[in-house]
Amino acid sequence: MTDVMKPKGGHLPPRIEHANPVAFTLTFAVAAFIIWSLTTAGPSIDQLARGLPNIGNILSRMFPPDLERLDRILWSLFQTFQMAIAGCAIGLVLSVPLGILAAEGLSPHPAIRTAARSLIAVFRTVPDLVWALIFVIAVGLGSPAGVLAIAIDVMGFAARFFAEAMEETDKGPREALSALGANKLGMIMSAVLPAASPSMIATSLYCLEKATRASVVLGLVGAGGIGVELKVAFDLFAYQTAATIILVILMLVIAVEQTGGWLRRKII
Amino acid sequence: MNIVAFQKTAPGEAAAPISAGAAVVSVRGLSKQFGAGPLVMSGLDLDIQQGSKVAIIGANGTGKSTLIRMLVRLVEPGSGDIRLLGEDVRTLGAAGLKRLRSRVGFVFQRHNLVTRLSALTNVVHGVQSRMSGPRTWTQLLAPREVRAEAMHCLERVGLADKAMARVDTLSGGQSQRVAVARMLMQRPELVIADEPDASLDPKSGEEVMATLAALASEQSATLIFVSHRMEHAISFSERIIGLGGGRVALDKPSHTVSEAELTRFFHHD
Repeated sequence: MTDVMKPKGGHLPPRIEHANPVAFTLTFAVAAFIIWSLTTAGPSIDQLARGLPNIGNILSRMFPPDLERLDRILWSLFQTFQMAIAGCAIGLVLSVPLGILAAEGLSPHPAIRTAARSLIAVFRTVPDLVWALIFVIAVGLGSPAGVLAIAIDVMGFAARFFAEAMEETDKGPREALSALGANKLGMIMSAVLPAASPSMIATSLYCLEKATRASVVLGLVGAGGIGVELKVAFDLFAYQTAATIILVILMLVIAVEQTGGWLRRKII
Repeated sequence: MNIVAFQKTAPGEAAAPISAGAAVVSVRGLSKQFGAGPLVMSGLDLDIQQGSKVAIIGANGTGKSTLIRMLVRLVEPGSGDIRLLGEDVRTLGAAGLKRLRSRVGFVFQRHNLVTRLSALTNVVHGVQSRMSGPRTWTQLLAPREVRAEAMHCLERVGLADKAMARVDTLSGGQSQRVAVARMLMQRPELVIADEPDASLDPKSGEEVMATLAALASEQSATLIFVSHRMEHAISFSERIIGLGGGRVALDKPSHTVSEAELTRFFHHD
């Protein structure tokens, strides 16, 4: 190395600038909590050693999948998908006005905006399985409970993203319509929603994918769909039937995701 | 400069039609300050007559855009009085302001169109000055007579063949002409344009200005426009108003002003 390239022995900056004891303590506490959680709640090495062969055993008993009840399983899968579609449709339609009420600059009053945001937060925070349990008690066993649970879950997700998409739209067209004397609804329907539509379509397609996955497991708590079939198959140790159910669910989820991706590319 | 006595209009009372030669804009002692910043406008007085074409010029920061936006309260006025089309702008309630705005066509520098929608739908939006509901949201739902009028407006700006084209596929000049067509759809009595030529190349800018001036002449409508292009200020107006120091610093008939004089005005202000 030539003298020119050799680094000059000047003053080096400290590796940590403005060391903050509070930040250091917090980082240490979080790291300690993660390690503690792993050791208490996570599987032990012994459990993993015993569990892995069991998983292998179950998998081996699943093959070859039993196709004897395939027609009934496919029909059940179709009903599950209908449940996802219905729940998603209700949730998305209701998410549009809820999103408008929650959007800054579009909501009629700050108090209404806060209320709408809080409602969305409640919908989002409570897991879909808990909503399903609530609706099973409210409307009884079966797909109506599942549809309602999916609708609420979709609203918790979509209304928030719809509100953000609407807030992020260009203010110019809104100003132009306001300048010509249009009313607020006219402004929203003519300028805001068309501009936010690509993002809203992407969110809706993602919601459909999410709802399809959710509709499969909601049956486990009695909210209709193919989840009931899966639970019964496992309860009866009919692992080959369970394998068929899992495979058709996998195909449905992949099909919805692929179609969603294709539609996103086409529409947006 | 004419002085017009201010007369309060009772809320809800329809303003009388403005006769030719009467002042459509009358501003007295208008001041404006944004937050704790310097005064953008300080005691500005101004009258603009019905049917006239007026260019407002001035260096950056002299309050040209602020002034024309305050006329329709897109920017809230500070102190002073503004009378527009016979209405006392500062005292209007929400409904009165909406009514007043529906009589004023505003063309923006950035066109302010919904770019994902067709030119025709954007022009149909102009009818929201006098109609409401889903029939005004898109050309798809618009009544036959609204679609026909929107097509006529597009024809007048030479864009009938682009009616179904998405605005984001049009050139800057075409896009601004769609904005002019939307303004025409309003059937305005007064046209205000905030640097309509600013974001366009020289040829497109000139075409847009020529279209605006011709349409204003056809309808005997008043045209007030802000422009940084001195040749446009001279060619397309009858009167040039220069802002400086928060007031009207130049007010002359356009045919008496040369580009060199305007250049000096910009540099000395």
